[in-house]
Amino acid sequence: MAGGGKMPRPPLGVSTLALLATLIALFSLIPLGYVVYMTVVTGWDTVVELVIRPRVGELLLNTVLLILVTVPMCLVLGVGGAWLVERTNLRGHRWWALALAAPLAIPAFVNSYGWASAVPSLAGLGAGTLIATLSYFPLVYIPVAATLGRLDPAIEQSAASLGLGPWTVFFRVILPQLRIAMAGGSLLVALHLLSEYGAFAMIRFDTFTTAIMVQFQSAFSGAAGNMLASVLVLMCMVLLLAEAKVRGNARYSRVGFGAQGLATRLRLSWYQLPAQLALLALIVLSVGVPLYSVARWTIAGGAEIWEPDEFFPALFQSLGYGLGGALVTCVVAFPMAFIAVRHPNWFSRLLELSNYVTSSMPGIVVGLAFVTVAIRLVPGIYQSSYVLLAAYVLLFLPRALVNLRAGLSQAPIELEEAARSLGKSPARAFFRVTLRLTAPAAAGGAALVFLAVVNELTATLLLAPNGTRTLATAFWAKSSEIDYAGAAPYALLMILISIPMTYLLFQQSKKAAGQ
Amino acid sequence: MTIPVPKAHKIHGLMPSVKFLRTSNLVKSFGSKDVLKGVDLALSEGGTTAIVGPSGSGKTTLLRLIAGFENPDSGTIELNNRMVAGDAWIPAHKREIGYVAQDGALFPHLSVAQNVAFGLGPAWKIAGRKANARRVAELLDMVSLESDMGERRPHEISGGQQQRVALARALARKPKLMLLDEPFSALDAGLRVATRKAVADVLHAAEITTILVTHDQGEALSFADQVAVMRGGTLAQTGTPFAVYTRPADLDTAEFLGDAVMLDAQLQGSLATCSLGGIPVRHAMIQGAVRLMLRPEQIRIVADGNIKGTVVDTVFFGPETTVRIRLAPVPSIAGGGEIITIRHWNAAMARPGMELRLRVVGEGVVFPAE
Repeated sequence: MAGGGKMPRPPLGVSTLALLATLIALFSLIPLGYVVYMTVVTGWDTVVELVIRPRVGELLLNTVLLILVTVPMCLVLGVGGAWLVERTNLRGHRWWALALAAPLAIPAFVNSYGWASAVPSLAGLGAGTLIATLSYFPLVYIPVAATLGRLDPAIEQSAASLGLGPWTVFFRVILPQLRIAMAGGSLLVALHLLSEYGAFAMIRFDTFTTAIMVQFQSAFSGAAGNMLASVLVLMCMVLLLAEAKVRGNARYSRVGFGAQGLATRLRLSWYQLPAQLALLALIVLSVGVPLYSVARWTIAGGAEIWEPDEFFPALFQSLGYGLGGALVTCVVAFPMAFIAVRHPNWFSRLLELSNYVTSSMPGIVVGLAFVTVAIRLVPGIYQSSYVLLAAYVLLFLPRALVNLRAGLSQAPIELEEAARSLGKSPARAFFRVTLRLTAPAAAGGAALVFLAVVNELTATLLLAPNGTRTLATAFWAKSSEIDYAGAAPYALLMILISIPMTYLLFQQSKKAAGQ
Repeated sequence: MTIPVPKAHKIHGLMPSVKFLRTSNLVKSFGSKDVLKGVDLALSEGGTTAIVGPSGSGKTTLLRLIAGFENPDSGTIELNNRMVAGDAWIPAHKREIGYVAQDGALFPHLSVAQNVAFGLGPAWKIAGRKANARRVAELLDMVSLESDMGERRPHEISGGQQQRVALARALARKPKLMLLDEPFSALDAGLRVATRKAVADVLHAAEITTILVTHDQGEALSFADQVAVMRGGTLAQTGTPFAVYTRPADLDTAEFLGDAVMLDAQLQGSLATCSLGGIPVRHAMIQGAVRLMLRPEQIRIVADGNIKGTVVDTVFFGPETTVRIRLAPVPSIAGGGEIITIRHWNAAMARPGMELRLRVVGEGVVFPAE
C-alpha cells in the first residue's frame, strides 16, 4: 500500500488479533502434538509391541461395539422423539420437547451411579450401552428437533401434492434434510463415548479411556498409557473424518423469501397412547432412575452426609474453577471468533479446523498431555491450578466460540461504521456497538463453559492440585468407596447446577434454528 | 412518460463554483479486482448528486472511500478545501460526513430515540436530558416521525420508518455532506417513492450537500440535480438529469438510463436520415453512417404524416400501452422494416395489424456505427 503512515490503521489491529489467535491455535494443538511426539519417541518396534496385543484388541472391541450399538440407538430415540414432538399432535408436545432434553442435566457418571446403586449387578457392555444411550440421546434429539422445526413445510406439502404419502414423505423428504443434524449429533455421541471415564468405570466396563486412567494411576505417564492414548486419538480422527464425509458439502437452507408457513402435525389417533407411554418410559429410565437413586441415598443418609467441612470447600472450589474457566475461555475465544466472523479466509478456517480437532480430544488425553508437558517443560506450574484452567479452556473453547461467533454475526461491521460516521472513534465504536451487542452471547457461552467445568471429572482427576476437591471429584471419591449416601449431596448439587445449562442449550438450539 | 424538463431551482448545479467535494483519480482494488479505476468527481455545496450504475460498477466503494471506511490505493479526496484522503488522512469519525446505509444500520440494542441521540456530541451531554430529548423530538419531527416513536426498538418499526430514523440519526450531527447508500432499495415500490420524496425534502430544506448511490435510473434522475453514471470503475458521464438522459455520452449510458430506440442513419451536417425521416442532431462530431438514438416518448402517433408503420403487437399496462411497430420500407434510403417499441396512452388506438402514422419530436443523438 502506498502512503504509509497516512493510511488508516487496519480495523482494531487485525494483525495483533491474528497473532493471538494463531498462538491460541498452536496452544490448542498441544494434546495432539503430545500424542504424535510420544508415538515417535517411543519408536516403531515398541509401538507395535504395545499396540498389537490382546488387551488392546479387547479394549478396541469394547469401544467399537459400544459405539456401534449406542450411536444407532441414540439416533432412533433422538430422531423418533424429535419427530413426535415437532411433527405430530402428541399431547403436551411443548412439555415433552423440554423433557426429552432433560437427561443432559444429569452428568453421565451420576446417571451411572444412579443405575449402579439401584441395580448393583449392572456391568459390562450391555450396561455401558444402556447408560450411555440414556445419557446421550439428547445430543441427537436437540439438533434434530431444532432442524425439524426450521424445515420449510412447503417442501413437504409439495411432496404430498406430488402424490407421496406421509411415510414416504418422511423417508424421502424429511430424513435427508436431517442428515447434517443427525451426523453432527452422532459425532458428539461417539466422541462422548470415547472420552467418558466415570460412567464406565463405575460399572466396571473397560474402554480406552478407563484403561488409560488405570495405566496413569499405576505408571503415571508410561509408554503403555501413551500408546493407548494414541489409539484413542486415532479413533477420534477417524470419527471426525467419517462425519465430514457423511455431512459432505450439503447445505440445506430455505430457498425463497417470505414468511414460512406452519407445519401441519400428523394425527396420531390410535398411536397417541403408545407414543405417550414410550416417551414416559424413556424419561423414567433416563431421568427417573438416577433422580430416584439420588433422592433415596440423600434421604437414607440423613443429616450426617451434609458435612459442611467437606461440602462447602468442594462447592467453592467448583464455583471458583467454573468462574475462572468461563472467563478465561471467553477471553481466549474472542480473537478466534472475531477473525472467523470479520475476516473469513483460509487462515481463519485453518484456525477453526485446529480448534475442531482439539475439541474432539478426550479429557483424558488433554489431561495426560498437560501433566507430561508441565512436568518436562515447566515443572514450576505442575500441580497448579493454572494447568487445570488451561485444560478447561482447551476442552470447552468450542462452547464459547460457537456463542461468540453467533453474537458477533449479530453485530455486523456496518453498525460499527455507522457509529464511526456519527463521530465515534474506531475504538469507541467497537466498544459501544460490537462489544455491547456481543455481550449477551458471550454471557451465554460463559455460562455453558462454567457448567461444563463444574461437571468435569476426567481431566480434573488428572490435573487438580493436591488437596483440591471439586463437586465432581468429591462425588467420585465417595462413590468409588461405595459410599453412595455420602456421594448423594454432590450428585444433587451437580444436577441442580446442570438444569440451567440444559435449558440454555435447548433455547440456544431453537434460536440457532431461527425460532 | 414525458420528457423531463430542467427544474429551474436546481440549475445552480451547473454553475462553475468552488467545488465542495473533489475526488481526483481515485483508484481502489480488492485483491486482484480493480473496483475503481481513476474516478474524478466534483460537486458543489448544497447540491444533490446521484451516482448511478449497474451493480459491481464500484459506486458503493466510491461512497465508502468518501465516508472514510476505506482508503484509496491512490488518488485524493478533498472535502471543503481540506485533504481527507490521499496526501493526508482524516478518519471517518472526524470527517463530519453523514452516512445512511442500505438497511439503515440502526443499533438493535438501542431504542429509536437512543439511536438518534447516539451521535450527539459532548456539548449535548452537558446540556442535560431535557435538551437532548427536545433535540431528538425535533430530529424525528424533521423526518416526519412522531416523537412517541422514540420508545420503540428498531425491529418494531417498518422499513421506511427505519430509514427515516437512520436519516434523523445522521442529521443529528449537522453533517456538511450526507451520503446515502441505496437507502430506498430495500423498501417496496410505494414506500420507496414516498420515503425518497420525504428524504429529498428534508435534505433540501437543511441545505445539506448529498450524494445518493443507486442502481435505479428513475431514482437517480428524479432525486438529484447532478447525475454521475458509473460503469466498470469509472465515471462514464456526469451532468444534469436532463443532459445525461437526452444526450448520453455513449450507447451503454443511453440504454442504462432508459428505453432507447436505435436506428441506422446517414448523417449529413446536422440532419440524420433514417426510417423515421430526417431527424435533427445536435453536436454531431461524426458524419456518414451512424447509429441514431431516440427516446420512445419522442415518437408520437399522429393523425397524418408520411412516416408509416404497422402495429406488430401491444402490451397493456393500464395507464399506458407498449406498442411494437414495424416501420414501413423507405426505398429512397434502402431502409425501413425495423421494429421499434414506443409507448402510448390509448390502447384502443393501436391494435395489431393497424397502420399508423408517426412523427418524431425533438433531437436525436448519434453514436458511431458498429
